[in-house]
Amino acid sequence: MSTAIPELKQYDEAELDRVFAELEAEVAAQTRALTSDEAMEAFRLEWLGRKQGRLGQLSAAWLKSAPIEAKKSLGIRFNKLKARIEEARAASAATEMKAAGAGLDVTLPGAGQRMGVEHPLVKTMAEIVSVFQRMGYSVGLGPEVETDFYNFEALNFPPNHPARDTQDTLVVAGQEAKPLRERLLMRTHTSPVQIRSMLEQAPPLRLVIPGKVHRNDAADATHSPVFHQVEGLCVDTNITFSDLKGTLDFAMKAFFGSAVKTRFFPSFFPFTEPSADVQISCIFCGGKGCRKCKHSGWIELLGCGMVDPAVFESVNQRRVEMGREPLYDTQKISGFAFGMGVDRIAMMKYGISDIGLLYSGDMRFLEQFA
Amino acid sequence: MNILTKWLRSYLPELAVDDRQLAEDLTLRGIAVEGEFDAACGGRLYEMDITTNRVDAMNHYGVAREAAAIYDVALKPLSESIGAAVVETKPGAGFPVRIEARDLCGRFTARVIRGVSVGPSAGLIAEYFAALGQKPISAPVDVTNFGWLAMGQPTHVFDLDKVVGGIVVRRAHAGEKLALLDGTEKTLVADDLVIADEVKALGLAGVMGGWESRVTEETKNILVEAAWFDPAAIRASSRRHGLHTDASHRFERGADFDAAPLANHLVTRMVVEQSGGEVVGPLVDVVVAEWAAKTAQRKAISLKVSEVERHLGTTADGLGIGEAVVAQYLSALGCVMTQTSAGEYAVKLPSWRLDLEREIDLIEEVARVYGYNRFADTLPSFAGAVRELPHALHEATIRETLRGMGWSEAISSTFTSAEEAAVFGGALGGVAIGNPLSAEAGMLRPSLAPGMATMLAHNLHRDVSSVRLFEMGTVFGGSTAEVKEKVGLALGATGAAVATALFKADDALFYETKGAIEALLQKFEGAVGFDTNALPAWIAAGRGARVLLGGEAVAVFGELSATELQSRKLRQPCVIATIDAQRLFETKLRQPVSRELSRFQAVERDFSFVFPDAVTWATIEAALHRESAGLKPDELRSVLPVEIFRDAKGKSIAAGSYSLLLRVVFQSHERTLTEEEITRWSEWVVAQLTGLGGTQRA
Repeated sequence: MSTAIPELKQYDEAELDRVFAELEAEVAAQTRALTSDEAMEAFRLEWLGRKQGRLGQLSAAWLKSAPIEAKKSLGIRFNKLKARIEEARAASAATEMKAAGAGLDVTLPGAGQRMGVEHPLVKTMAEIVSVFQRMGYSVGLGPEVETDFYNFEALNFPPNHPARDTQDTLVVAGQEAKPLRERLLMRTHTSPVQIRSMLEQAPPLRLVIPGKVHRNDAADATHSPVFHQVEGLCVDTNITFSDLKGTLDFAMKAFFGSAVKTRFFPSFFPFTEPSADVQISCIFCGGKGCRKCKHSGWIELLGCGMVDPAVFESVNQRRVEMGREPLYDTQKISGFAFGMGVDRIAMMKYGISDIGLLYSGDMRFLEQFA
Repeated sequence: MNILTKWLRSYLPELAVDDRQLAEDLTLRGIAVEGEFDAACGGRLYEMDITTNRVDAMNHYGVAREAAAIYDVALKPLSESIGAAVVETKPGAGFPVRIEARDLCGRFTARVIRGVSVGPSAGLIAEYFAALGQKPISAPVDVTNFGWLAMGQPTHVFDLDKVVGGIVVRRAHAGEKLALLDGTEKTLVADDLVIADEVKALGLAGVMGGWESRVTEETKNILVEAAWFDPAAIRASSRRHGLHTDASHRFERGADFDAAPLANHLVTRMVVEQSGGEVVGPLVDVVVAEWAAKTAQRKAISLKVSEVERHLGTTADGLGIGEAVVAQYLSALGCVMTQTSAGEYAVKLPSWRLDLEREIDLIEEVARVYGYNRFADTLPSFAGAVRELPHALHEATIRETLRGMGWSEAISSTFTSAEEAAVFGGALGGVAIGNPLSAEAGMLRPSLAPGMATMLAHNLHRDVSSVRLFEMGTVFGGSTAEVKEKVGLALGATGAAVATALFKADDALFYETKGAIEALLQKFEGAVGFDTNALPAWIAAGRGARVLLGGEAVAVFGELSATELQSRKLRQPCVIATIDAQRLFETKLRQPVSRELSRFQAVERDFSFVFPDAVTWATIEAALHRESAGLKPDELRSVLPVEIFRDAKGKSIAAGSYSLLLRVVFQSHERTLTEEEITRWSEWVVAQLTGLGGTQRA
């Protein structure tokens, strides 16, 4: 180990350049040989060692005895040399680290961090609701056990409508003694919340209503007695069918992406008129036709329509019975409503083939959504 | 229902579009063509899907009407094209028809044909039936089916020689027996409407003809019936006897009051064409004026053109729907428009469209024929305010907190069995479903616990041995008279709990769940406490706890009892918690407050003690959180158990005792603690613990 310090003849620039170039060359030469822990440590001790380090010796020998005018120039060179030494150590240390990595099998799985999973239905429902919240819709909720009045009568279902049949609707036991409109049943859709909201609130209103609904359907791959809907209601003066179209087209683009197109077909629901079914261009094939859209290029997604004046009239009548003003004047007020099946949308979006999985609590199923 | 385009086009001589375009245009106007196939008779066969309110369009002529309106082309009048009046070939008196039940039957037409010879049908009928896959029976019966497919009016042919006297339309006699065409015999009630002769019922009106008076190969003389019945009466009869037929389908949704004579003409003419014979006497047409006034002759309704725009808004071409277009569409659909003032019309409604009753119905028709997709996409302006649900943040906090700790959300059935409702419902009782899908789903769930147990079992039975689930959903209380709903929350855990220095593997699942509950409740205001009072029987004895928030019970949790495990064939412990989420919604979320961090060093001291089992952690903790020995509460920064050890063999630690390593941290906000203080406080800690019955270990 060469621990000698070069001789410094005088403190002029040329002489300083010479000796420091010599020292730097020496550092550079040693750097190439830093291939082991021992060499690294030896290098560190030679140059930076607290007692025997050459840098310390240089400092003691030259810097302290240097004339004032040369101190600055000497200091700059001194710092540059020190930086070179540190660089050499850092570079070698980096190489060293890689070598040390050989001690870890980085391909082993990381220590398990089990995150809880958001249920695909809860997630889908929240996403739909959020689209409408951003459009100024407030969230509305209602009970899952409803009366015939809210679920059917006020929504303009005639007394003998097939939906009222116990083949379609689950009813609470022991209702026979009550008048029809007071009989309790499991709500078959989220639409009763439209009525409840209009009874409580004055127009204008914009509501998005997520919720659980029930029907007397035996479970199979596409049917479940329990399922979920999101309902929407917009009521104000001068709400038109073109507003309904624009709103749903906007919402579908917000939910499925701006390339999605919508088209509207006449349909029939007792509580809307005109009524429409809405299809969106297939989100899987972009409308070219594939297995998922049954090669039609379109997927049926929701039902909607203009609120039937009969619904406003039931609301007005009930409001009067409750001692409130009948604020839903069909000559001035109009509105639209829409509803969609959350389960179907989630199943489509995530490729779920059996609706029962959504209600099974099966960890193998749920953890796919982590 | 299927439609042949060849047949359809026979009513639309001017129709220029091809079958593909026709299908698309019909579909976009609500007369949906669901499938399209080549038809054996030429042209295409459409599989239709038509909404229940449009029974008028569930036949060839009805679809032709729609096409005529869409394309503004001529439609052959029904009377000329299929029902051209039939001239009697042999004079005779009208057949005697008497409507007794005038409240249930609005119109009855009858016609006599004599001298037929019944054989198979030929010509158009055979051709169209083959293409449609309609089963031929005999020419006269096929003719009635042809009439049904053509114009949607059910008709019936009787063997005239089986009819005694004349036709009487009356209510059935209670208990009256009637053998029907499908071979069944029905016992009628007084609310059933029958077509009868002077002595017996011949058929169940509007539902199905009778066996006795049916047309057979031996039939020589025929009576043709076409009628109109009260929809409600037919619906009731059809449901009462479990008979859903083409005829009942149409009558219970409202048939065309004016179609009966036309259909009778059609059937009469075609029976003669197919089976020969002579038409004897005039068409008998008995009309009940009250029903005519309610249907074909119903009052015109008023339509303001301005209302069309108010409801429908802007069109894509910006031109809007003009008055001329409104008048054109409605006229094409069969309405008679009479202008009453500027922009206002009295609209007389067509007899076949009983679904049209109000102005809005006409507006819908205009929108439909115009084409929904020709309207603009506009967004309404809005002056209201957005209101947040009061508990939206609570809900989100609960979900996020639980998910963050590794619990996945699940959704289970709303229903449970009566047995489980009793076990898990406790005082809440139960609400039964009147028409449950199964006994297992006979009750509304009074708690989320049974559903959670089912889901844990579902996983364990599929060899998924580690489960962490939560569910948030409605639970039901009250009674069938008044159901009370509230939001519940349940946690369910089994498997993979890790033993620590504090908890044995057997107990770890309980403490993991407890930890989750603590972390969850920490999000809310109020002190969290645990006791073992009032635990339900589904929790194994000594293995559960009640949870208090701000002094009030909000949850219970614990291991499922052996009975519950056995009934589900489960062999590993399961912990379930039920939490009153509704209470949490009503509790304020805790607002975090930041405290100055101490700049002075904290000092840890460990204490190793042996305690009798009866000394609980709560007792120890309480004993040390007592101000004494000059130790201020904020100087005792924490007291935590570090390690608990029990010796099952009772060697190193006596049975009934446990050893506890306890760590106490002292720290002041004001100064560096002195050795003297720490020694004094440590001695005090030892004294307190000894006072509880603890023995310090060497």
